[in-house]
Amino acid sequence: MEKKSIEQLEQIASQVRRDCLRMVHAVQSGHPGASLGCTEFFTALYFDQLNHDPNFNMEGKGEDLFFLSNGHISPVWYSVLSRSGYFSPEEMNTFRKLNSRLQGHPATEEGLPGIRIASGSLGQGLSVAIGAAQAKKIDGDKSTVYVLMGDGEQEEGQIWEAAMYAAHWKVDNLIATIDLNRQQIDGATKDIMNLIDLRAKYESFGWEVNDIFQGNDMKSVVEGLEKAKGLSRQGKPVLNLLHTEMGFGVDFMVGTHKWHGIAPSDEQLAEALGQLPETLGDY
Amino acid sequence: MEKTLDLKFNYTEKKDTRSGFGDGFLEAGRRNPNVVGLCADLIGSLKMGAFQKEFPERFFQTGIAEANMMGIAAGMTINGKIPFTGTFANFSTGRVYDQIRQSIAYSGKNVKICASHAGLTLGEDGATHQILEDVGMMKMLPHMTVINPCDYNQTKAATIAIADYEGPVYLRFGRPSWPIFTDPAQKFEIGKAWKMIEGTDVTIFATGHLVWEAVVAEAMLRSEGISAEVINIHTIKPLDQEAILDSVAKTGCAVTAEEHQYNGGLGDSVAQTLARHNPAPVEYVGVNDSFGESGTPTQLLDKYGLDAANIVAAAKKVLARK
Repeated sequence: MEKKSIEQLEQIASQVRRDCLRMVHAVQSGHPGASLGCTEFFTALYFDQLNHDPNFNMEGKGEDLFFLSNGHISPVWYSVLSRSGYFSPEEMNTFRKLNSRLQGHPATEEGLPGIRIASGSLGQGLSVAIGAAQAKKIDGDKSTVYVLMGDGEQEEGQIWEAAMYAAHWKVDNLIATIDLNRQQIDGATKDIMNLIDLRAKYESFGWEVNDIFQGNDMKSVVEGLEKAKGLSRQGKPVLNLLHTEMGFGVDFMVGTHKWHGIAPSDEQLAEALGQLPETLGDY
Repeated sequence: MEKTLDLKFNYTEKKDTRSGFGDGFLEAGRRNPNVVGLCADLIGSLKMGAFQKEFPERFFQTGIAEANMMGIAAGMTINGKIPFTGTFANFSTGRVYDQIRQSIAYSGKNVKICASHAGLTLGEDGATHQILEDVGMMKMLPHMTVINPCDYNQTKAATIAIADYEGPVYLRFGRPSWPIFTDPAQKFEIGKAWKMIEGTDVTIFATGHLVWEAVVAEAMLRSEGISAEVINIHTIKPLDQEAILDSVAKTGCAVTAEEHQYNGGLGDSVAQTLARHNPAPVEYVGVNDSFGESGTPTQLLDKYGLDAANIVAAAKKVLARK
């Protein structure tokens, strides 16, 4: 894959945001907020960082693997998968509709290329990614396994079972990321269940922690992910704390949990798309 | 009492079915380098130590964290590994139901969930550990295969067989020392019921430890002039419906016997099959909507009505309903 410039990545990100909003609007359901917040991360991952093959095979030997633990932000994942060649962008028309491969939450049941595990019920993806990473180690496969989690998701107990395990077994070919947008369905995480200091928590569990303070700035995200790669394979699992704003890229959606799981109206969609240039052609 | 009966199957040795699992697991590991093991702090109880010793690079202690263990196992399948998870049946199912549902069953992952200390015969530890609902929970999951072998030899054969089968499997076995009455060289066919004893008056469909009780019950019934057919349903899902319907077409009634709740167990599977295709009276031998308690396995099977005498009583009752 030809190395893309930051500007090119930003242009892709604009289209990804359009895709997310159009998918959610078309079916009047889905989760736009954190999809927009994680757009730089997904774009950087699929168009710059991952060594991956859009001619999908489940095992992915010799490839970097990505798992989405907070499956509700499926729109952004479906967009980058289709825009990087896993399936036709037209298929985004079927998002959340009957007989679609683009289920509300990602699934393997319908055989959508790019998806290796179902997710949606929170707290499970970190364990799955660790297992995939350990299997690669058994085989001497030098590639890296990535997983994204939500910050609210850190409230699930299984996450901490997995965090303990990864450090104990020195799963250092794993780069986990937490989307630190400080919001969850019922409000701000500090009010719902205060996460306090995730860096201190993970460090005390034996992880290497890497802050990406500007998670909606493409250059910072690419540099942060590069840095994480450099921290991997040194005996510890790596965690990125990706500081993002929910709804980023659309002025009336940014920074609130209000758009966690609701769709824009016709007027709101038009207003939002007016702020996001169409760069790769709408599906 | 069983020694004075003319039994169609006999035994010279007793052993726990979990040891059949442990020995089968080691054999599966020798045959296939993709077989890996995970255990949540119960390596001794699950008899996984020999595998761990021979294949340390393919064995993962997870600590007391069963939810994580299920997720790790699901992840390992993606690279083509065949993970066998080991913990008690209670912690293999109820504790981790959502992990199994999403990451294993719905995702179609090739994980072998190996569950020891199932049922009342766990004994003195009491009801917290005596799960009697696990078969129901597991058989309700799409894609899941559910297997409950009857003795050491069948458990060992089943363990080897599931390594060659592609798809999620729940393998249930137990702790008590139990008669070894099946062939050590048997071929285990997933989903294929085994007609152990032919009969004409009533069919006894049994699974797990209660297959032995069914063998004893058949001899008791025969001594009273009642001809019972005994069918070993080691695979509860997929259920061998043809074997069930063929037998009941002949006998006209059925008794089911299992170390499980009435609700959701083998009895329900058999009754559903008969109700849909050939309605016939069925009596259940199992636990009737209660938790267990501390006691020896024999005491518990007696108190909760799961032994040969209760199978005999159920057979007489169902015969009267024909």
